[in-house]
Amino acid sequence: MKCISLAECWEETITFPGPEDTGLGIQTSQSQATLLSIFSQEYQKHIKRTHAKHHTSEAIESYYQRYLNGVVKNGAAPVLLDLANEVDYAPSLMARLILERFLQEHEETAPSKSVINSMLRDPSQIPDGVLANQVYQCIVNDCCYGPLVDCIKHAIGHEHEVLLRDLLLEKNLSFLDEDQLRAKGYDKTPDFILQVPVAVEGHIIHWIESKASFGDECSHHAYLHDQFWSYWNRFGPGLVIYWYGFIQELDCNRERGILLKACFPTNIVTLCHSLA
Amino acid sequence: MAAVLESLLREEVSVAAVVRWIAHSTRGSEDNPGEAAALSSLRPLRKEFVPFLLNFLREQSSRVLPQGPPTPAKAPGASAALPGRPGGPSRGSRGARSQLFPPTEAASTAAEAPLARRGGRRRGPGPARERGGRGLEEGVSGENLPGAGGRRLRGSGSPSRPSLTLSDPPNLSNLEEFPPVGSVPPGPAGTKPSRRINPTPVSEERSLSKPKTCFTSPPISCVPSSQPSALDTSPWGLGLPPGCRSLQEEREMLRKERSKQLQQSPTPTCPTPELGSPLPSRAGSLTDEPADPARVSSRQRLELVALVYSSCIAENLVPNLFLELFFVFQLLTARRMVTAKDSDPELSPGVLDSLESPLFQSIHDCVFFAVQVLECHFQVLSNLDKGTLKLLAENERLLCFSPALQGRLRAAYEGSVAKVSLAMPPSAQAVSFQPETDNRANFSSDRAFHTFKKQRDVFYEVLREWEDHHEEPGWDFEKGLGSRIRAMMGQLSAACSHSHFVRLFQKQLLQMCQSPGGAGGTVLGEAPDVLSMLGADKLGRLWRLQERLMAPQSSGGPCPPPTFPGCQGFFRDFILSASSFQFNQHLMDSLSLKIRELNGLALPQHEPSDEDGESDVDWQGERRQFAVVLLSLRLLAKFLGFVAFLPYRGPEPPPTGELQDSILALRSQVPPVLDVRTLLQRGLQARRAVLTVPWLVEFLSFADHVVPLLDYYRDIFILLLRLHRSLVLSQESEGKMCFLNKLLLLAVLGWLFQIPTVPEDLFFLEEGPSDAFEVDTVAPEHGLDAAPVVDQQLLYTCCPYIGELRKLLALWVSGSSGRSGGFMRKITPTTTTGLGAQPSQTSQGLQARLAQAFFHNQPPSLRRTVEFVAERIGSNCVKHIKATLVADLVRQAESLLQEQLVTQGEEGGDPAQLLEILCSQLCPHGAQALALGREFCQRKSPGAVQALLPEETPAAVLSSAENIAVGLATEKACAWLSANITALIRREVKAAVSRTLRAQGPEPAARGERRGCSRACEHHAPLPSHLISEIKDVLSLAVGPRDPDEGVSPEHLEQLLGQLGQTLRCRQFLCPPAEQHLAKCSVELASLLVADQIPILGPPAQYRLERGQARRLLHMLLSLWKEDFQGPVPLQLLLSPRNVGLLADTRPREWDLLLFLLRELVEKGLMGRMEIEACLGSLHQAQWPGDFAEELATLSNLFLAEPPLPEPQLRACELVQPNRGTVLAQS
Repeated sequence: MKCISLAECWEETITFPGPEDTGLGIQTSQSQATLLSIFSQEYQKHIKRTHAKHHTSEAIESYYQRYLNGVVKNGAAPVLLDLANEVDYAPSLMARLILERFLQEHEETAPSKSVINSMLRDPSQIPDGVLANQVYQCIVNDCCYGPLVDCIKHAIGHEHEVLLRDLLLEKNLSFLDEDQLRAKGYDKTPDFILQVPVAVEGHIIHWIESKASFGDECSHHAYLHDQFWSYWNRFGPGLVIYWYGFIQELDCNRERGILLKACFPTNIVTLCHSLA
Repeated sequence: MAAVLESLLREEVSVAAVVRWIAHSTRGSEDNPGEAAALSSLRPLRKEFVPFLLNFLREQSSRVLPQGPPTPAKAPGASAALPGRPGGPSRGSRGARSQLFPPTEAASTAAEAPLARRGGRRRGPGPARERGGRGLEEGVSGENLPGAGGRRLRGSGSPSRPSLTLSDPPNLSNLEEFPPVGSVPPGPAGTKPSRRINPTPVSEERSLSKPKTCFTSPPISCVPSSQPSALDTSPWGLGLPPGCRSLQEEREMLRKERSKQLQQSPTPTCPTPELGSPLPSRAGSLTDEPADPARVSSRQRLELVALVYSSCIAENLVPNLFLELFFVFQLLTARRMVTAKDSDPELSPGVLDSLESPLFQSIHDCVFFAVQVLECHFQVLSNLDKGTLKLLAENERLLCFSPALQGRLRAAYEGSVAKVSLAMPPSAQAVSFQPETDNRANFSSDRAFHTFKKQRDVFYEVLREWEDHHEEPGWDFEKGLGSRIRAMMGQLSAACSHSHFVRLFQKQLLQMCQSPGGAGGTVLGEAPDVLSMLGADKLGRLWRLQERLMAPQSSGGPCPPPTFPGCQGFFRDFILSASSFQFNQHLMDSLSLKIRELNGLALPQHEPSDEDGESDVDWQGERRQFAVVLLSLRLLAKFLGFVAFLPYRGPEPPPTGELQDSILALRSQVPPVLDVRTLLQRGLQARRAVLTVPWLVEFLSFADHVVPLLDYYRDIFILLLRLHRSLVLSQESEGKMCFLNKLLLLAVLGWLFQIPTVPEDLFFLEEGPSDAFEVDTVAPEHGLDAAPVVDQQLLYTCCPYIGELRKLLALWVSGSSGRSGGFMRKITPTTTTGLGAQPSQTSQGLQARLAQAFFHNQPPSLRRTVEFVAERIGSNCVKHIKATLVADLVRQAESLLQEQLVTQGEEGGDPAQLLEILCSQLCPHGAQALALGREFCQRKSPGAVQALLPEETPAAVLSSAENIAVGLATEKACAWLSANITALIRREVKAAVSRTLRAQGPEPAARGERRGCSRACEHHAPLPSHLISEIKDVLSLAVGPRDPDEGVSPEHLEQLLGQLGQTLRCRQFLCPPAEQHLAKCSVELASLLVADQIPILGPPAQYRLERGQARRLLHMLLSLWKEDFQGPVPLQLLLSPRNVGLLADTRPREWDLLLFLLRELVEKGLMGRMEIEACLGSLHQAQWPGDFAEELATLSNLFLAEPPLPEPQLRACELVQPNRGTVLAQS
């Protein structure tokens, strides 16, 4: 897989968070977490590339038939999970696919997205017991997709924001957080806007965004376009912390006003009041 | 003309008399009768004298400056004559002098014709011919001029006619090769554009006639031309007959002209030849001729001419002061004389008059003359920047010719602090998002808001792309960005969105382009960027370095055309690419508004009394503030001019004749985009010319050819001309305009007069009512003009072309291919400050007048302080009321609402009604706001005023200032509050109501008051994400598929639940979704425990969880649900068909754990008995295997049969439970 090759050469290209940088006390070593993050991103890229292939009506029909045949033979067997693994598709997504198809067959109207999501979150709501078990099995066995994984990712993101907030408080840097910004009507909201800007490695920082993932090219560019530049456009230069490291070459917009770090910066220069 | 010069040289008249004669036509009384008589006969030619003189000098010097930096050729006429060839700029690189008479005319395009015509009217016809000839000479030989000069001088002695004929033949013969453009020369009065000017007879001397289009190129190259003709033919002779030529003469000239045109028409214009000659001569191999004061040929004559010339400059009779200085510097740094001997004889059979010989016969003459002139203008020189002074002081020729001047310059250099830097700050900063103007409330709809959000991002994306690529060769703005810009503009449907976008555009414009000296690019009206203070040192050093590396060789000569340097180019191209009339209109509106606002800003006025040290500090601030305002104004006005005149500008030649009349008639109906005439008049009256004129010049520099012909703008030009004439640098007096202020105005006006679209006749034709320039000054004693607001930095920033002087000198030092950049020095970037408070508009009545009177005799800083304090305190007062009174009312509203909800039940009734009820109860309390506000201002203002005023402020003054501040602040706050308090309360209450109602909804506040962990907590609990992940692993093991040897140890399960407890108790990292998932996972885990589905590690025999262990784990879960989860736990899932169905797979089925769990749930109050009954009931509806359904029914009955027992019995019951369950299961 691609992440292996990435890992091979990361000594040179990847900025690692130092072991002392995390206050989160995660048992796993940081490099392992970084690897996991890279793996997850690579897997997602892979799924995105092949997504369309699995969504042709022929493919869906064929999967559905295979599922039906499988459960008729043995409802307790991991039919859906095996199917997903066999065709190299994420189990949760396969479960969604089959569930949609199933509901289409059993309900008059096409199921709405929210209904599907709700059933995936709580398979007990699925009218068919066998399918419910199959879906549940897919979800708990999926390492990159599904409501449970989404929640883990969200929790990780949140935890790092909390960590960052604590560090800011500890350094006595006053800030506005996302909720406060939204309440004021900001149209784009980084995690934190510093009320008094600081300088890091000679660069001015107005805002800080926490990213609990590895900063690879693909995700970084998406973030630049959807978030970082938008922040710059409104609040000036700022800092992005990729807690799980990033590819060094991506840190090329420092002069432009977007600084990348893999940890909370250690040398923060604050405005001296005597200057004013 | 020549006659005047002649008589001067013959000492028949004094220099002073001549200058008086030129400057003040009417006033001759002081002259001695003889002089007056001599000159009065020449009166009709008076206006032509200066152009003549300037052209004469250029002509005379033409041999001297063939190489070297481009000279702005002849003065007004000359530069004016620069033809507007499109390719102009590139030609500029040609050597200097040779272009003076070049065939430029041949090159001049039809576009310039009208201008030329206009000029021609004034100046005499015939020249084209001669020009042509000259051009030829130059083009061919490259060294023509010397002869010409000589000839002319000779001619001067004799009447015009002979000389004319003499010169004719060569010219004519040359015409074929360098045919003058037909239109250039004659321009009779009939075609005259402006009706305001009396027709002047056409004269042959046409120095001014040529169009000035050359502007774009280093002027030298295109130097026009007519001079030669002037010199050759008429000048000397012409002057003599006082009563100008007859119409016949004019007709004659016309006829000749026409024939010339005919001749030339077959041959296409061929400007190129001229190019060739200078280039070779420029080659670096030239050796400099040393200059020696002892070898000056005719000192007296040079002195006289220098004196007249200097006086003309001093009296502002020349259109562009710096152009003349540039010329003089060129003479000073001339490298060698072109050998003229050869050409001389051919050109002119010499006449041996005293004036016949060339004025400059050697380098020595040139340098002598230059030094003579410079001596007269020491004051101007000493006010140039330090770098130029250094070069001047170190110039060995200057030392050699005038040690005294050199000494003064050295002293001036040593005393100078005028270091100047023009480096631009490096990169763009975005306009910050301001909730007050940018949030949703400022948009008509959500859609507009979100569209604008995207547009802002697109705008900056485009800007960044431009930054990255615009310097790449081959990159094209329109190609690269055009379609994206138009697509973005297309989305700005609502008018309100346009105004939002324009505001962004304008702010960004100001931010990026306004202050080359400003460190961080502070924007007007916004707080100075504190960051710019950080590390200003480093930044400064970096820029200095950059400047040295990037200092351009030349920025387009001493009279560059209006351009959009640097980032400005982006904004210009954006406007062009967007090509949206809505955008342009909104932009003009916005620019006009901002210009008015800034132009009207109450800038501090000079206090002559204040002369101690601290006033210096004050003045630095004032100056900085003034510079910010002025530069902003210039930038805005430039863009306003650009957009406003955009529809009228085009590559095609300006219209003539009837077409022009009709266009004039039409255009005169159109009201000006901004009433600049009134603003100028007011500015002059209020003695604020130093602020108003520079931006007005920027605005006018983009005018199209028709504009100066419109009465409205004509008035403006006349005002400007009068102002220009009145700015005599040597007249300094108390209360009048400061020296550098004048210098700035002279520079910008001089530049404006060189703009191609400004007709050159304007300058010389206008009767110089110079002395009449007493604008009805109802003015304040000390206007802005009298304040030292301009420094060299500002002067050079506004007029970078003055820097050409320094480059010229540097070039001299460094040899022919100088790197002038090395001499540049950078001054520390000055941080610009935001503008202080603006005067409050609200003050009225006697108190207000008293307050005004109070400030009148106080330092202006006092007034600003008070106004500032009042403004801020007033504003804070409103915020204070919002945070206290209004917040209290909102809290009341919330509790009232709660009551309401309790009494009316969950539904509570219609929210709108609720709101009405609440508002009617609460709004009356708003009345307190005024009293509270007053109290707040009373309390806060005095302290602020005290802190901001100097210690020694007298007590009475201080207390008055405090009182006024309190009054103004109160007034401001109360005005706002009384108008808005009710609406404010309503809005806040409404927000609170909807918040409360939402909180009532299905999402019971996950963030209860219990949120947050205890103070002692050190947040070492495992992270929620980690726990979810661990539990997920267990679940997936349990659900399978799994290898036979996979499993978890009971200890691990126990540990996991223990960690879950810790995490739930330390809520530091817990967010509601994570808690929800943990809750759900814990329920799933319980179900799996109950169904005994968790694979246990250990000896193969064990494989299943021991009963006691399972029960212990369930207990832990129950306690977590009861004690630690703060959000809802979906316990009903325990009885979902899927989870109960898990039991179906176990053999033998064991129900005891489920029963135990259900009882515990009830006992702990986690689930109601009824609720469980309902769940059990619904379980029956599912399809089960027969035996399972039976067992389920039994369980159900068993659970229902059990009476709700008091606790002790329940405990007992629990103890027997296993047996019972087992029995049940086995039955």
